[in-house]
Amino acid sequence: MTLKTVLLGACSALAFAGMASAETLTIATVNNGDMVRMQALTSEFTKANPDIQVEWVTLEENVLRERVTTDIAAGGGQYDIVTIGNYEVPIWAKQKWLLPLDGLGDKYDIDDLLPAIRGGLSLDGKLYAAPFYGESAMIMYRKDLFEKAGLKMPEKPTWEFIADAARKTTDRKADISGMCLRGKAGWGENMAFVSALNNSFGGRWFDEQWKPQFDQPEWKAALQFYADLMKDAGPAGASSNGFNENLTLFQQGKCGMWIDATVAASFVSNPKDSKVADQVGYAMFPNKDGVDNHGKWLWSWNLAVPASSKKAESAQKFISWATSKDYTTLVASKEGWANVPPGTRTSLYKSADYQKAAAFAAPTLAAMDAADITKPTVKPVPYTGGQFVAIPEFQALGTTVGQLFSAVIAGQSTVDDALAAAQATATRDMTRAGYIK
Amino acid sequence: MARKTTTQSKIVWTVIAWVVALVIFFPILYAVITSFKTEPEAIDGFSLIPSGTFENYITVQTQRDYFKPFMNSVILSIGSTILALIFAIPAAWAMAFAPTKRTKDVLMWMLSTKMMPAVAVLLPIYILFRNFGLLDTRIGLTIMLTLINLPIVVWMLYTYFREIPGEILEAARMDGANLWKEIVYVLTPMAVPGIASTLLLNIILAWNEAFWTIQLSTTNAAPLTAFIASFSSPQGLFWAKLSAASTMAIAPILILGWFSQKQLVRGLTFGAVK
Repeated sequence: MTLKTVLLGACSALAFAGMASAETLTIATVNNGDMVRMQALTSEFTKANPDIQVEWVTLEENVLRERVTTDIAAGGGQYDIVTIGNYEVPIWAKQKWLLPLDGLGDKYDIDDLLPAIRGGLSLDGKLYAAPFYGESAMIMYRKDLFEKAGLKMPEKPTWEFIADAARKTTDRKADISGMCLRGKAGWGENMAFVSALNNSFGGRWFDEQWKPQFDQPEWKAALQFYADLMKDAGPAGASSNGFNENLTLFQQGKCGMWIDATVAASFVSNPKDSKVADQVGYAMFPNKDGVDNHGKWLWSWNLAVPASSKKAESAQKFISWATSKDYTTLVASKEGWANVPPGTRTSLYKSADYQKAAAFAAPTLAAMDAADITKPTVKPVPYTGGQFVAIPEFQALGTTVGQLFSAVIAGQSTVDDALAAAQATATRDMTRAGYIK
Repeated sequence: MARKTTTQSKIVWTVIAWVVALVIFFPILYAVITSFKTEPEAIDGFSLIPSGTFENYITVQTQRDYFKPFMNSVILSIGSTILALIFAIPAAWAMAFAPTKRTKDVLMWMLSTKMMPAVAVLLPIYILFRNFGLLDTRIGLTIMLTLINLPIVVWMLYTYFREIPGEILEAARMDGANLWKEIVYVLTPMAVPGIASTLLLNIILAWNEAFWTIQLSTTNAAPLTAFIASFSSPQGLFWAKLSAASTMAIAPILILGWFSQKQLVRGLTFGAVK
């Protein structure tokens, strides 16, 4: 055996030992554009942290929720980082399913996080998830169609103006609908929009004693408004349209307006995918005349560490990297400023490069600043959450009510019948769950 | 006259068979067509003419590793099928050739386990898997797939074995064959068509099983069902990419089914005209 062989063997053994000691993080996530981009850039993190390897589990949103819930509830420890929404974070943190993120490092600049987002991810002053990207809701509209109809979009339009403009810009012969809105049933689909609409009409899901409010005039006015608007100015088959369907309609020039998540702005203004990219304008989520509420829609996809993870330290290191200012700069250098994950950090909206690349930066920030989900409604409520109610029962209840309202848009039910059924269902569920004594 | 009626009825039945086959196959065909469309085309109403892009296949290949989940699917479906046959052949033999008063009840009970929604036992199974260290392991998933398909395998084999005259086995016994030899050298060769079709059907069932394979795996043991699930997106268009991923996932099993269709049909209709 020569000296060379011995040395080679020793080197191989050392390399193998190094590999063996590398910690592998398993990260559960959804298949969004920003998440896919993060996966592609992970090599930058592992290069800087050779002792950490990363494996991804990408699942459909609802499957992910179900899968991660089972694993955390059973203490399976299959995931070291999970991607969850701001709906789950406070509920799971309260259940002690998540670890507080107290190891993000000195450089992390936690105070740079947008206050509305940070507030939704904290419990008792501790951050339980770091925001990867955030969104509110706003109006995206066709400036050319508005000009043709002799309309000028105000910065903060009322629903009355929007309804009128939607009807005026509708051109059935040219296959243009004045207003595209979500109609597909689901707590995260039509009920996200309808709940925000109801907030902006001065309504609420529950009163201070958790009594459902579907029998109140605000709900009736909001739902009737939504049904009439979709009938007069909505696209065909609106009851089965969700975010993706409306995105396609808008990108193909078939919508005069679309009110949805601010994250859509980067898609509709991208000339690669959108036929109307250079004609898109933005405005604040509307409110009913005299009601000081612009929907309070706030959503963020966040990275959190389940309490069952045995690699919490490395997991926090990864989260710190993926949600840092440096990551934003990295994405900007590789994919351009318009593609950086939006809606999490104040510094991003102060960046001149970002403002130049993203015409939607200022309206997005304005929408997010207006979305304080700790005070989602005009009247007092016992819950937090803007386009959702942050209680565990909301997923099931929201979807059931969503089905009732979707049937109204499909013309299979009336506003009164849907509201009566929603009131009965919500009262029964909330009584069974112990909220109503 | 009688001949005319027979010809007419043959034509009618052939047409019905084609219509039924097309209806059953159509979702698969449409997924394949959609995989060659662009994302806006895929979502833009019903159309059987794609623009013929290969972009989705390239994206799917770039975004995810196909080989690992493919190998997992192969290992899980073949492994669980072999394991199921090892248990099912003796069980079906016992029920077919040495039935007791309760045999029918046992068969019914086995089948009844398929009637419960899988999600009802998700948590207990998950905890058991966690305690035995079987989460995200090929062994764990092989055991799971064996268990969920075992009732069907036993039922199918029982049906085939009952077609075999017991006298042949008796003759083997008189010639000095013990139980093991009787099953291996006499019963099994006679039931080859039945065993082969059971084997093929079980491979297909295991290949397509999506609930447990997604719930009990993360990265190491995740098969092609998890690969498909990863292309569904809550934000942005994904139908064409999902169709490309589905086509890639079902292609191997479709090819297997195509080449073994004679065997499958023969086995599945074994004894049907008795």
